[in-house]
Amino acid sequence: MKRILPLLAGMALLLSACGRADLSTLDPQGPVAQKQFDLMKISISIMTLVVVVVFAICVYVLVRFRRRKGDKTIPKQVEGNHKLEIIWTVIPLVLLLILGVPTIQSVFGMATDYSKDKNAIQVKVTSHLYWWEFEYPQYGVTTAQELVVPTGKKISFELVSADVKHAFWIPSIGGKMDTNPGSSNRMYLEFPKEGVYRGKCAELCGPSHALMDFKAKSVSPESFDRWIAAMKAPASMPADPKLAETFRSKCLACHAVGDQGTNGAPNLTGIGGRQTIAGILYNSDVVADPQPEDKTTVENLKEWITDPQKVKPGNQMPSAADNQLTPEEIDGIAKYLAGYKLDY
Amino acid sequence: MSAHQHVEGHLPHEPEKATLEGRNKVLGFWIFLGAEVVLFGTLFSAFIALRHQVLDGPHPSHLFELPMVFAATMILLTSSLMSVFAVQAMHRNKMKALIGWLFVTIILGLAFLGLEIYEFNTYVSEGHKMNTSAFSSSFYTLVGFHGAHVAFGVLWISLLIAQLFKKGLTVVTAPKIYLSMIYWHFIDVVWVFIFTVVYLMGKVG
Amino acid sequence: MATHAAHAHAHAHTHTVKRYKGLMDWLTTVDHKKIGILYLLAGFIFFLVGGLEAILIRIQLMKPMNDFVAADTFNELLTMHGTTMIFLAAMPMLFALMNAVIPLQIGARDVAFPFLNALGFWTFFFGGLLLNISWFTGTVPDAGWTSYVPLAGPTYNGTHGVDYYVIGLQIAGIGTLLGGINFMATIINMRAPGMSFMRMPMFTWAIFITSVLIVFAFPVLTVGLVAIMFDRLFQANFFEVGGGGNGVLWEHIFWVFGHPEVYILILPAFGVISEVVATFARKRLFGYSSMVFAIVLIAFLGFMVWAHHMFTTGLGPVANALFSIATMLIAVPTGVKIFNWLFTLWGGSIKFTTANLFAVGFIPTFVLGGVTGVMLASAPADYQYHDSYFVVAHFHYVIVGGLILGIFAGLHYWWPKMFGRMLNEGLGKLTFWTFFTGFHLTFFVQHFLGLLGMPRRVWTYLPNQGFETMNLISSIGAFLMGIGTIVFVVNVIIAWAKPRNAAADAWEDGRTLEWSIPSPPPEYNFKQIPLVRGLDAWWKEKMDGKTAMTPAEPLGPIHMPSPSILPLIMSIGLFIAGFGFMYQNHWVAAGGILVTFVCMFLRSVYDDHGFHIDPEEEEVQA
Repeated sequence: MKRILPLLAGMALLLSACGRADLSTLDPQGPVAQKQFDLMKISISIMTLVVVVVFAICVYVLVRFRRRKGDKTIPKQVEGNHKLEIIWTVIPLVLLLILGVPTIQSVFGMATDYSKDKNAIQVKVTSHLYWWEFEYPQYGVTTAQELVVPTGKKISFELVSADVKHAFWIPSIGGKMDTNPGSSNRMYLEFPKEGVYRGKCAELCGPSHALMDFKAKSVSPESFDRWIAAMKAPASMPADPKLAETFRSKCLACHAVGDQGTNGAPNLTGIGGRQTIAGILYNSDVVADPQPEDKTTVENLKEWITDPQKVKPGNQMPSAADNQLTPEEIDGIAKYLAGYKLDY
Repeated sequence: MSAHQHVEGHLPHEPEKATLEGRNKVLGFWIFLGAEVVLFGTLFSAFIALRHQVLDGPHPSHLFELPMVFAATMILLTSSLMSVFAVQAMHRNKMKALIGWLFVTIILGLAFLGLEIYEFNTYVSEGHKMNTSAFSSSFYTLVGFHGAHVAFGVLWISLLIAQLFKKGLTVVTAPKIYLSMIYWHFIDVVWVFIFTVVYLMGKVG
Repeated sequence: MATHAAHAHAHAHTHTVKRYKGLMDWLTTVDHKKIGILYLLAGFIFFLVGGLEAILIRIQLMKPMNDFVAADTFNELLTMHGTTMIFLAAMPMLFALMNAVIPLQIGARDVAFPFLNALGFWTFFFGGLLLNISWFTGTVPDAGWTSYVPLAGPTYNGTHGVDYYVIGLQIAGIGTLLGGINFMATIINMRAPGMSFMRMPMFTWAIFITSVLIVFAFPVLTVGLVAIMFDRLFQANFFEVGGGGNGVLWEHIFWVFGHPEVYILILPAFGVISEVVATFARKRLFGYSSMVFAIVLIAFLGFMVWAHHMFTTGLGPVANALFSIATMLIAVPTGVKIFNWLFTLWGGSIKFTTANLFAVGFIPTFVLGGVTGVMLASAPADYQYHDSYFVVAHFHYVIVGGLILGIFAGLHYWWPKMFGRMLNEGLGKLTFWTFFTGFHLTFFVQHFLGLLGMPRRVWTYLPNQGFETMNLISSIGAFLMGIGTIVFVVNVIIAWAKPRNAAADAWEDGRTLEWSIPSPPPEYNFKQIPLVRGLDAWWKEKMDGKTAMTPAEPLGPIHMPSPSILPLIMSIGLFIAGFGFMYQNHWVAAGGILVTFVCMFLRSVYDDHGFHIDPEEEEVQA
């Protein structure tokens, strides 16, 4: 046992070094994910012990008792051994107890309901094919694709789906919860550090299930208050009145900016400051670590508006052709949206 | 297990279990009924989960007409008793009585089916259709599955009566009669649960 | 095999029965050994189809943002891969082993219901055919093998894809249920004199419990499929939220069936491993009675843990805690089995045949799958694992590393008994090493992909997420598994060309009754039903210096059931009706059902008197 412990510690270290900090479950960035990671470590340690014992016996037996050529002897026919059988029944039971107790503690701990807690931030998450809507009922604010939360507060989620079943998952902050149509689920998460974390849909929901990513951005409480204020401010429409009219008639029939339009499709308020377009096209002029293949916000917007099916097959957004948008209009709208940033 | 016995009028005490084939059939059929219990158990679970989702359709407390359903229950219970008499007649090797009791059994089964069809027709005219609500869907599926079982039983027993006329009571026909009678009891038991869970509980709550 | 049929005649009996040769023989057979071969052939073909789908999936995931297949095609591939592998490949191959071995192991001449046995095969076959025809009609099921609603419901799945899933599985499910009933009745009623329950070989025990699970689990699926079919075809509201339905109800129904299904798959593999390990260690199974107890306990617990597939559905902490603990408990009887196998080998004289390589490869592999199962049982941690690649890795470790290795062990072990020919050991070992290495390469890294945040059932993934290398390794492993499978096919073809000369006791260390009769056995299996004097009946006789079993009956003509074309026609009737239902053509549906009912009518009205074989005369003529 003493020899195995450092081995296990080494393994845990190796594991925690794996993956992106904003994505991996092995590098937890919040207390919920941390608790889950602790449980993983307990179970992995116990299970490694089991595996090592079984493998050792297995290798020993296979080497020690292999049949020599021409061996005709008949081994002793052993019926069983009660002492041994009791040992390998009781020891696993004890091991399971070691895992079972913290499991039950965390099951109830993680189910704590903060929906009535005045200090918690309430967020209603509604999943759509293939985008995420985040509503802040305490503030009367709705955004999409990029969840903005203050650090140091409990974020109490109400999860529901507008169409098929999805699952809401921010691996580095905490485990997932399904969004069911017709009935809502509750969970809470905490974001102690400022940063941007990657969120995923974890339930098969159609062709673009793989691309149904979102971002969770945690900011300081002051910054969060500024963001709320900016979200509630009147919409800033395109300066060019002709373009503004096109935007109003073509885009705001489904989308919303500020106090304009509807929330049938993702809310676009402050979209120019978001990490991605459509959840998956990273904006090189916004993200902290742009990759060579990332394009600017304007380029991403143009790509998306022109042919959304090419980016996310099966989504509901009409193409530019269906929307009868001219290249100039696409260009104008993309530039306008890319410049639509909130100051917070 | 060598040759079959074809000797008419000289049957062992329990002809349905006289051959290995017969014993296999009886055992296999009991296992099959075990599967049927699970089948109806699942249908009941679905019904219980969905029975309050009435939406705009008629509420069960207004919809169900207990006197008629009670009559149907009595008819089916009586037919089950008739099938007991049939098996007793078979064990005493009384062909005519056996056929008579089987005949009464299917007549009662048909009466039950007639009532059920009438009942369903009334419900549909009152706006309680398959696609009305989750309650109506699970109601028609559960009660309809039972009805289909009754209909199958009636066809099966009729066919067996015909075989009795043609082949007589032998170690080949006896297990078939016996199985159809267990089946008939099973349908009856399921109905008792339907009467309680669907109709009585629907009336009350 | 057809030669037996040709010479059979109605000895001292007035009924004459038409015997068929060639193709008609196979279409009409009710002989469990031939049905076993049919199951194997059909199951293996579906295994190749499902394997091809897996390879296509792995090619698509080889690199980020790959466009080898389109998103919707990918969802079709993953759905059909899962459905095909579980219902049309794994289960039929298990039924192949059950049919080939069980009657021989219990000293019986056939199963309890030979006609139903044939019917079971043909309904499975046509159900599977119907499901796969979807590839040619252009609307393929694409909601995953779990078919969660509303994704699989009429609102979000308007084409016929999921109809193929629903109706194909419904028809195939009839076959499985019939098989379960049949083998339960066979094992209870048809054991040779002296074979008490606690003298049954472990494989027979495993199949007995598997059959119980089938009988009690499959009707649940039947109801679920009926409900989803009514929703889709008759606008019912079981799972339609707008009509008051409840999608979580489908999840419950599916997993109340689905979890026992996992044990339906793995218990037979446990049985195979128990036989193979004992034979090639020349030792009786260690702790036989605790093995029996463990298998019964696993089956029992298997029915009370379904909600561990639904930890993130939102059932609440009480349900999650209970199902966590119940799930963990399964590890105890499973551990008992693992240690019993190890201690069967302990002190034995272990021969590494291909069959045994697969068996001893199974043990550590299955342990890995088992321990990740315990990890998944811890609900709060499962919030992270659930629907990630960690789960994909886990269930492939259990199903491929457990079941498929078990099936390969069983096939190599019983091949001489089924076909009278030995498979080549060199090629067999090559199969093992390529498949085994490929398997671990494919699935071990997937644990980590899941932990790094990769959800399952994703058509593609963005670059720079740390997924690239491990996905590439995984795809390379999949190719290796494919090569292993091809080597097996080559081995089978080569064996086919060789003379049929396998010995009765082909491995010389056989312990159970099937090794006391010729390979392959005659149509009637046992010239005389043997008398069983203990566990490992054949081994016991050999150790007492005997060369044959003590007969329990005098020599005499043997009664055999007649072949029949009705099972095939009945299944075709259901197949036709299935299309009628799907495309809402009520005449076709009614016609198909009518065909099936007419067959049932004919079967009831015309008694099957069977025919007799005189084994003595047969031997003279041979």
